[in-house]
Amino acid sequence: MEIVLAFVIGGLFAASVYMLLRRSLVKLLIGLALLSHSANLLIFTSVKLTRGSPPVIGMNATALREPFADPLPQALILTAIVISFGVMAFALALAFRAYRSVGTDDLDRMKSTDD
Amino acid sequence: MTSLILRTTARYLMPLLLIFSVFLFLRGHNQPGGGFAAGLVAAAPFALYSIAFGAVKARHVLQVRPRYLIVTGLLASVVSGAIGMSVGKPFLTGIWGYLYLPGSGKLEIGTPILFDLGVYLVVIGVSLSIIFALEEAE
Amino acid sequence: MILAIAVLSGFGLAFLAPFLTRRLGNTAGLILALLPAALTIYFASLLPDAAGNEPATFSFPWAVEMGILFSFRADGLGLLFALLISGVGALIFIYAGGYLKGNSNLGRFYAWLSVFMGAMIGVALADNILVLFVFWELTSISSYMLIGFEHERESARFSALQAFLVTGLGGLAMLAGLLLLGISGGSYELSVLLQKGDALRADALYIPAVALILLGAFTKSAQFPFHFWLPNAMEAPTPVSAYLHSATMVKAGVYLLARLGPALNGTDLWFYTVGGVGAATMLVGGYLALTQTDLKRLLAYSTVSALGMLTMLIGLGSKHALEAAVVLLLAHGLYKGALFLVAGALDHETGTRDVTQLGGLFSKMKLTAIAGGIASLSMAGLPPLFGFISKELTYETALEYGSWLTGVVVLAGLFFVFVAGAVGVAPFWGKPKQTPKSAHEAPFSMWFAPMTLAGLSLLIGIFPVPVSGFLVSPAVSAAIGEATTVKLKLWHGVNTAFILSMSTLLIGAGLFAVRDSIRRGLSKLTWRWGPSFFYERSLDGLNTLARGQTRFLQNGYLRFYLFTVVFAGTGLAGFTLFARDGFHWPEKVLDIRFYEAMLAVLILCGAFFATISRSRLGAVASLGVAGYGVSLIYLLFGAPDLAMTQFLIESLTVILFVLAFYHLPQFTQLSSRRTRLRDIFIALLAGGVMTTLVLSAVGIQLHDSISPYFAQNALPLAHGRNIVNVILVDFRGIDTLGEITVLSIAAVGVYALLKLNPHTGKDKEGEGE
Repeated sequence: MEIVLAFVIGGLFAASVYMLLRRSLVKLLIGLALLSHSANLLIFTSVKLTRGSPPVIGMNATALREPFADPLPQALILTAIVISFGVMAFALALAFRAYRSVGTDDLDRMKSTDD
Repeated sequence: MTSLILRTTARYLMPLLLIFSVFLFLRGHNQPGGGFAAGLVAAAPFALYSIAFGAVKARHVLQVRPRYLIVTGLLASVVSGAIGMSVGKPFLTGIWGYLYLPGSGKLEIGTPILFDLGVYLVVIGVSLSIIFALEEAE
Repeated sequence: MILAIAVLSGFGLAFLAPFLTRRLGNTAGLILALLPAALTIYFASLLPDAAGNEPATFSFPWAVEMGILFSFRADGLGLLFALLISGVGALIFIYAGGYLKGNSNLGRFYAWLSVFMGAMIGVALADNILVLFVFWELTSISSYMLIGFEHERESARFSALQAFLVTGLGGLAMLAGLLLLGISGGSYELSVLLQKGDALRADALYIPAVALILLGAFTKSAQFPFHFWLPNAMEAPTPVSAYLHSATMVKAGVYLLARLGPALNGTDLWFYTVGGVGAATMLVGGYLALTQTDLKRLLAYSTVSALGMLTMLIGLGSKHALEAAVVLLLAHGLYKGALFLVAGALDHETGTRDVTQLGGLFSKMKLTAIAGGIASLSMAGLPPLFGFISKELTYETALEYGSWLTGVVVLAGLFFVFVAGAVGVAPFWGKPKQTPKSAHEAPFSMWFAPMTLAGLSLLIGIFPVPVSGFLVSPAVSAAIGEATTVKLKLWHGVNTAFILSMSTLLIGAGLFAVRDSIRRGLSKLTWRWGPSFFYERSLDGLNTLARGQTRFLQNGYLRFYLFTVVFAGTGLAGFTLFARDGFHWPEKVLDIRFYEAMLAVLILCGAFFATISRSRLGAVASLGVAGYGVSLIYLLFGAPDLAMTQFLIESLTVILFVLAFYHLPQFTQLSSRRTRLRDIFIALLAGGVMTTLVLSAVGIQLHDSISPYFAQNALPLAHGRNIVNVILVDFRGIDTLGEITVLSIAAVGVYALLKLNPHTGKDKEGEGE
């Protein structure tokens, strides 16, 4: 399964790089969203994958029973997901504002700080 | 956006989602859920409402300003950390106690729950202030 | 301990100066001058110890592992210098109060002047050569700030930068030289190094060390061909020119050479380089002074000439030569400082510094004229002034080295006489001329300082014995590295040196009488290929290079930056993977189930359609598909919290995009086909490298995981069963606190971008109160 995920990560990364290289600001943002998916999955794959069995201690148990999914990358990814949402919201607002001010979402026409 | 279906959904989904969000929040420490997810679930119906009826009405339904939610949430989290400090432990050390309820036995209560409440409020506040701002942008 | 406090007190004064100046206004100078005055007395009290070869020392461990001690040592040479700095400094503080009267930046001026004074005393008394270097650089920085004090003028900024770059580059070379010296000598303490002269001279590092140190000393002391910055530094207010660029800072290079002399001199390299450069500077400076009509530039070129003479004497290196150097150092500090201050007073009172416009001012500015007259006679070398003693010693030294050198020195002496007349005599005598401001006597603060310096020139000239015993002897002893006594006297009898001295005066006076024709004749010869031409060319070249590389690397195209990052990153990672044979096909992996494979295909399809979609909604919907697919992956592999959060965030993101799309234009095809093909190639390359990396990394664990700790302690310590949540709100709570703070800031940012109008600054929020 890790092999499949490796290809998913690579595919998401390739798509995001392609979108990041576009001239349109909105496409760049879509690239950013794809990039965060790719990165999150990368963290997720960095430990041994476990099917089912979330890292939750059963109601009557006192400790986790093997096998369980590693909780650490999950905590990291949870943080990353929420942060990337904040970044995305900010970037969208920035794009909106830039479009209002400059009248284009073509990044090539935003390269001057003058006028 | 004047779709009847959207309006109806937005109106009737709200109480359901809010109850669900509280449920998610409360069980979060022991079961999947917690402040992040619960906060997002709570923000969703207001987001829907603002698309259906406009941000002004959604703000009216929410009653408090989103930014107050953000400030309150941050404050709650910091206070929960400070409680640990007040008994001589490092910042954000969890302090636990028991609440004895008549009839149903004891309930564990601790500062991490206050912390999670802070997260919950911040997430609601942030999502809604962004969505309302985008909605109202000219 | 007191020694260290004395050295560092200037920096403390720098903090006080602005407040004092704000409270006391122009009289602050008198109060501030108390510190340098006290320092002068203190340093003078250390002289007997230094003369007895038991100098005061201070040492504090700084970076002991690297052999760096914060150490000071007040021997004769250092004290001579420190006395010059603190003594002239006290007078300058008083003078500046009158010269910059009413200037709103006077507080800042005093602050930097104090920094300079502290730094310069540090240079003079440092025993560790790296400590010396730190103070050395601080003098460059304060000099930069002081030359550029009137920073509204472009020429002041230009000159400040020029002085800083030239001395700064030299300082850098010097640092390398000092390090080499420390390596070959096995210590960074001057007191140790000076004992190891023979070993140092025999060391293989001797030549590079000397070459680099000389570069530092020559740039600082404005030696040819680096002399050009000093006349330009006259952009500084006159007290600064008198203090930094005549009496003290520019002598730091000379001081360093004298200081290191016992360790480094005596070789042909030293003799010919230092002596030769010094002699060349002496002549070039003097020659260039002839054509100047600006009082300060005239003095600046003659300072260059005097610095050249000092360097030359140190290069010669004999006892007599060093004796002459030490005496000249002191005499020059006194008379040139006074002349600068007189020039400043003239400028201040008449509104011009052009010597052709000044004349007959004696009756109006008697005290200034007397000070200027005495100082210029000392400079010209007339008995019974201190300058005469200095000139006699220099001539006697030159005579020891033959007629050729004597000729050169006498020529320089002629230039001295000429400049002395032009600055100290010509403005006050002859026909009165019309000046921009009607002249009258300078205020007390502005005649007191030059009068004191000139008075000292006279006093020491008549009574040289105390000075020679207490000040000159210890200094010369330190410079030659063995105890010696120097006996200065005014009258040596009628010998060759005296005859030369008198003829210099006569011929110099003759030259001075025909100064207008000399100026006219020489000004026809113009110099195009001077050193400043090369300085400007290389600065222009550097700027062009910087602009070019900025245009190329920071061209404003965001995707060019991303392209560079991605291409370099994946290229390097891929290359390393390939070159180090790092690829391994993963073993012990989880089996693949059909629905999971289908899910992977779904995510990839979502990503693919998000890239090729021509409509914005289509792209966002495909993005959503990919996102929901990812959240299903989380769900399948034991991460329900992630799945839930991802699902919700994905929904909100889609809503955000849709809301934003109201206000954004439709997708358009902006890139050409060729660009797209190129980008597809790069994207596939990056994706391929990423996949390969992930495949190679699977199953590799470099450290023990800390997850079991969380799993075991979640319930007993944190009273929670959902370990992910426990990590978030308890174990790693501070991370989460940071995260929600970032989120809040993002919300504030969005609010500011969308709601605040930058033009009116008004809050356009729609919500009701």
